[in-house]
Amino acid sequence: MALKDFAYGDTIHRCFRCGYCKFPANWMDVNNCPPYARFRMETYSCGGRLWLTRAWLNEQLEWSEHLAEILYSCTTCKNCEMKCPLRFNVDIVNMIVAARSEMVERGRLPKNIKTFLENIELYGNPYGSGRTQRNIWAEDEGIDKYSSHEYLLYVGCAGSYDTRAQKATKALAGILKKTGVSFGILGDEENCDGNEVQKMGETGLFEALARGNIYLFKKFGIQKIIVLSPHAFNAFKNHYPEYGGDFSIFHYTHILYNLIADGMITFTDTFKRKVTYHDPCFLGRWNNEYEIPRKIIKAIPGIEIIEMEKHREGALCCGGGAGNFSIDLLGGGKESPARRRIREAYETGADVLAAACPKCLIMLDNAVKEEGLEDKLIVRDISEIVLDACK
Amino acid sequence: MDSIYKSLTAIVGDGHVSNRPEELYIYSFDLGTAEPHRPDYIVSPETTEQVQEIVRLANRENIPIVPLGGGLSLAGLAVPLKGGILLDLKRMDQIIEVNEKARYAVIECGVSQGQLTSYLERHHPHLTHSEPGAPPAATIAGNVMIHGQGDLAQPYGFTSDMILGLEVVLPAGELLHFGSCAVGTGWFTLHPLPDVGIFLGWYGTTGIITKLSIKLFPAKKIRGVGTFVVEDENLIPEIIFKITHTQMAEDIIAFSRAIPPFTRELHHINVNIAADSEKELEFREEIIWDDTLGEYIRSGDGGYLGFVRGLQRPQISKTSDYKKGGGFEYVGGIMPVETYPQCYRKGREISEQHSIPYTVTGRVIGAAHSMMFAWTYAFNRADSETIGQARAALHETDDLVMKLGGVIWKPGTYGQKLVLERLEPDTRELMKKIKTLIDPNGIMNPGNWEIP
Repeated sequence: MALKDFAYGDTIHRCFRCGYCKFPANWMDVNNCPPYARFRMETYSCGGRLWLTRAWLNEQLEWSEHLAEILYSCTTCKNCEMKCPLRFNVDIVNMIVAARSEMVERGRLPKNIKTFLENIELYGNPYGSGRTQRNIWAEDEGIDKYSSHEYLLYVGCAGSYDTRAQKATKALAGILKKTGVSFGILGDEENCDGNEVQKMGETGLFEALARGNIYLFKKFGIQKIIVLSPHAFNAFKNHYPEYGGDFSIFHYTHILYNLIADGMITFTDTFKRKVTYHDPCFLGRWNNEYEIPRKIIKAIPGIEIIEMEKHREGALCCGGGAGNFSIDLLGGGKESPARRRIREAYETGADVLAAACPKCLIMLDNAVKEEGLEDKLIVRDISEIVLDACK
Repeated sequence: MDSIYKSLTAIVGDGHVSNRPEELYIYSFDLGTAEPHRPDYIVSPETTEQVQEIVRLANRENIPIVPLGGGLSLAGLAVPLKGGILLDLKRMDQIIEVNEKARYAVIECGVSQGQLTSYLERHHPHLTHSEPGAPPAATIAGNVMIHGQGDLAQPYGFTSDMILGLEVVLPAGELLHFGSCAVGTGWFTLHPLPDVGIFLGWYGTTGIITKLSIKLFPAKKIRGVGTFVVEDENLIPEIIFKITHTQMAEDIIAFSRAIPPFTRELHHINVNIAADSEKELEFREEIIWDDTLGEYIRSGDGGYLGFVRGLQRPQISKTSDYKKGGGFEYVGGIMPVETYPQCYRKGREISEQHSIPYTVTGRVIGAAHSMMFAWTYAFNRADSETIGQARAALHETDDLVMKLGGVIWKPGTYGQKLVLERLEPDTRELMKKIKTLIDPNGIMNPGNWEIP
């Protein structure tokens, strides 16, 4: 595809590379673009990626693994779109996704990215684990298979397979059971939601996943879906309607908040913690939900909530979006976004870092160990905090 | 692996050096109309010691070395004209000290304008610095290196006049300090030691600034901007003279532009006013708008458009997206204020000749000692014809600045040639001797301020 045929061929040259996109909401540093924060080379800035994309499509640069890694290191966190003052800002992430689609079309992908996508196609998850493993977390939990329950609890790949995220899944399922919420899971029939696949530019695979999931949900008569992951929330809410998937989607924090408001969850007054909350990109910047998770934390007696300097629309991404929690183009050093985020959380004086996304949870839990702070700062999903506080 | 690459990696570590096509491509460009030139290596040091080692290596191997801050000069000043090592200094971004009582900040060379603005607002809200209208990613060291000006230029002058201390790495790797920091008594004053200020305005051709102390100023509780408008450009110099006499303003900018159409041929003067109380604000406003400019309102020559509270800091510029083109560049001229009418008329003429809607802007420096006049030309980055038009207009404007009796601000290679042609022979010879003495191998940002 030549630049003239590129979906954003008449827009991509409009990036001036002024650098607004590197900053958080309060302008405190230039480290709020995750790849730029990690590498601090202009190629890894938002503007650098757009200029490189244009040069590649213009045949001024040849494809290389390095070029692909630069493009795929973007976590699609949308910080750039929040900060860019120019009118084309709403299309910045779309331009990167479209460039990735072009790489997919040409079959020019680095091995780890190919493997990620192949695993999802073959096994329905990026880890390459068998489909039968998807339900292991639920063994001995006494959770129903979905069958005309009010809600489907869609667990997602991370919550099903990753041992750290499984703890959050179990905590959430435990609360839902305890409070009498009518819900079931799909178990080993569950498939990947495809949010990462879409953001990685594999539009064909995404469409297949979306259509397959919609078919499955409809077959079971599902109307209301609780999701553990903001990534799934984004896919189901913003992309699935295009394929006829019109369901009521709830991020689990919405459900927990309602249960607290209805008096179904009550807390003891012994949970004395200083908590800081990390806004997941796909809940915050993508879906404008900043308050409900904070309201849940504030509802717990004894908890003092302390904001990091970068919060809400200015939050630093954990570095896990667009498949980076697995392909790991941003890890491997003290400047990785997750380790930076841990340091920012630690600076607040908090002893608990709260997450509301299994991918953030995995990234931050690993990073707190790499920073050697696991004795001083614990990373907990909001579901785990709620469960602990209402024991 | 080539030996230079290996040596650079040994200095700054893996991941902070590149000679791959992607990095060489991106770092070959300025954001304005300058032609790209590829460097051979990109290096991003984190400490002064690393800068010293890189410079020693470059000198030993006779490789050009070009320092880069925010890369927002728009004049091609950090384009590696002769290849070599492109030194991206933005990782050196520590705010080392803010001295509240003596009102200064000691910072590393990669600290951006936005970073310092944010830091002061969060930690020292009663202090501020002179912030240019550049995007917040522009660095303070880059701004002083080109004799920039900011929104406190009217009371306090060029940003480079606000320096209280400098740390500089010379081409042979020596580390020098200037000001009180050189005698170990802190970073509070540049004077009264003998003047060896041969680094500002030289674009890194004599040394690389790695650290500096910059003056901070009182941040008043209320800050805002009032706008006055006149139709006759000939009135602008006397109005500016009168406003500066009041000593009541923080920033004075006169401008005229073709877009939006209803403002065409009008001349606006934005006056920033700051106060600690409503009483003080009222007093300052009364002095400026009523006592000083009231006569123009009464005669029907001018109008007061009102005062808007709050300053946008950092400032947001959308100039590059004019006509969805992604590019603009401007010529800056340090001009006598009295030349405003000619600057406007001639600048507009050049714009119209090149089919570019005109934008002319002048910021007052000091008590009307001079004005930084900017003629801005937008272009479409996807259309080489418009880039060529803008480049031609920029060169014509460089010529105009000199013809009108000004001095080109941060000239690119074309403007440098014009300046050097007019420079007194003895002064030019001294510049040459200084460069030769400090940088005998000519490795420092070669192609800039080159004197045959």
